[in-house]
Amino acid sequence: MRASLLSRTGRGAWIVLLALYFFVPLVALGIYSLWAGGTRYDLSAYAQILQDPKFHETFRLSAVLAAETILISLALVIPAAFWVNLRAPGLRNVLGLLSVLSFVVPPIVLVGGLTSLFRGPEWFVGTPQFLVAGYVVLSLPYTYRTLDTGLRALDLQTLSEAAQSLGAGWNTLLWRVILPNISSAVLGAALLTFAIVLGEFTFANVLLFNTFAVYINYIGQTQGTPAAALSLISLGITWLAMLGLLRFGRGRVALGGAR
Amino acid sequence: MESPSDVQVTAETVSPLIASSEGLIPGSGLTQQAEGRRAARRERLGDLLRTALFVGPLLIVLLVFLVIPALAVVIGAFRAEGVAGAAGGFTLEHLRALGQPQYLTGLKNSVLLSGSTALLGTLIGGLLAYAVLGEGGPAWLRNPLIAFSGVAANFAGVPLALAFVATLGTTGMVTRLLSGVGINLYQHGFSLFTFSGLVVVYTYFQVPLMVILIAPALDGLRREWREAAENLGASAAQFWRMVGLPILAPALLASLVLLFGNAFSAYATAYALTSGALPLLPLQIGAVLSGNVISDPHLGQALALLVMVVMTVTMLVYSGLERLGSRWRR
Repeated sequence: MRASLLSRTGRGAWIVLLALYFFVPLVALGIYSLWAGGTRYDLSAYAQILQDPKFHETFRLSAVLAAETILISLALVIPAAFWVNLRAPGLRNVLGLLSVLSFVVPPIVLVGGLTSLFRGPEWFVGTPQFLVAGYVVLSLPYTYRTLDTGLRALDLQTLSEAAQSLGAGWNTLLWRVILPNISSAVLGAALLTFAIVLGEFTFANVLLFNTFAVYINYIGQTQGTPAAALSLISLGITWLAMLGLLRFGRGRVALGGAR
Repeated sequence: MESPSDVQVTAETVSPLIASSEGLIPGSGLTQQAEGRRAARRERLGDLLRTALFVGPLLIVLLVFLVIPALAVVIGAFRAEGVAGAAGGFTLEHLRALGQPQYLTGLKNSVLLSGSTALLGTLIGGLLAYAVLGEGGPAWLRNPLIAFSGVAANFAGVPLALAFVATLGTTGMVTRLLSGVGINLYQHGFSLFTFSGLVVVYTYFQVPLMVILIAPALDGLRREWREAAENLGASAAQFWRMVGLPILAPALLASLVLLFGNAFSAYATAYALTSGALPLLPLQIGAVLSGNVISDPHLGQALALLVMVVMTVTMLVYSGLERLGSRWRR
């Protein structure tokens, strides 16, 4: 009895210690973002950030890039994941191998390959749209895993046969039968991709494009409290997206994008 | 919308068995058999076409934007600088350049940073997962821990760096609290912006990743094994030494290796904290690629190749261990 009480307090102390390690930086960030010099605390840092046109500019750019990445990767993955689950389970290994490859070729390596391979045309590599190529590759494993989980929960064989015996073609089947059934997985994948793109720093920084994460870093080098406010805003958005994924996507979040 | 021929093809698709077994019905003629075979062949062709249509675009995008760029890195690392846009011949010059002291330091720092944070992450994350998810842990904390780990493992990069600046920077909250009680961290050799600081910050995303990775293996540790050991008179320590840890060992090692790779390829957090000044392999690649120091794409590719080799070894060891560990999981 005594031993178990001892191990229980030890366990409790350990959990509390780690909770401190994980929550103190967040609290410190919050307090710092409210600091206005001396002993004054107010929301002036937030006001300053919201008035900065660069904030809106970079955020809009990252949001647009995220939207493009989401549309492209969904358009690529939904049919592929559907077909692999229904008819071509042999391709599962190929796709697994490719997702392993995306681990072996991390963003900092991939960006080197992309720049050496694509030197032109200017409208492609010279604009931030070039980032979408990297972001699609970066988010594909997560999109695929999330949608695959959603599709596996369905009885695809029965759904397909039922739809087709009623005269539905492949288009109708995908759009009106499969898609509504995996809407929560699609939403989860979209949220996860949004969070990855919004936080992505490596590609944009190496290629010298001014995205939201690059802007946060720039503010961080020059101004203290607005940077803290900005980090909290960015964190808030990311965490909402991630919690949304856990809530709707029912998928597990694993290795993310922004390391 | 559907042309009649479309519907016909799909009807056969639905029931390939019926289509192909038609010829086997007793009394049916040879023509019917041939008909069935032709239908089956048409069916296979249609399936192949649809595979190309549904999976093809994904594979092409991955080929063009992942596989070929990776090959370009490998080849570029061995290519001499070409003249007037033409590709140069093959050379080992760039690989030899990796032997320069600053790159050896970069590799050493990267390995040390990834190794130490992988060890810390495995140890702390493993014990945290056991404390909460193990037998007798607080049940109400299970789901919050899994959810939080999923989020925190992704909390990296610039915001994480700034959070730690507010905490452990020269004027950070904890730094000031500690100096208030007479402990000056920065006089004791700690600095957030050097190696020691990066270890503390990297651990922040390594621990939750470890929790996610080890949770299934902990769940697989069956209660009956513990009860069996107890019935045979084993103490808790004996159970862990002779049953628990040997079963968990492959999963623990596999997670350790994956955490290593996770830290080894990280770029954003280190860049934001050190402005790229600390010699770490990913930061050096970034500097060479964006032309901050010298613009030498081939050297950048040689460095990138080094990262790829390390990540490949990491992945091979990981999958080997993972296969070993999954034996105990059903």
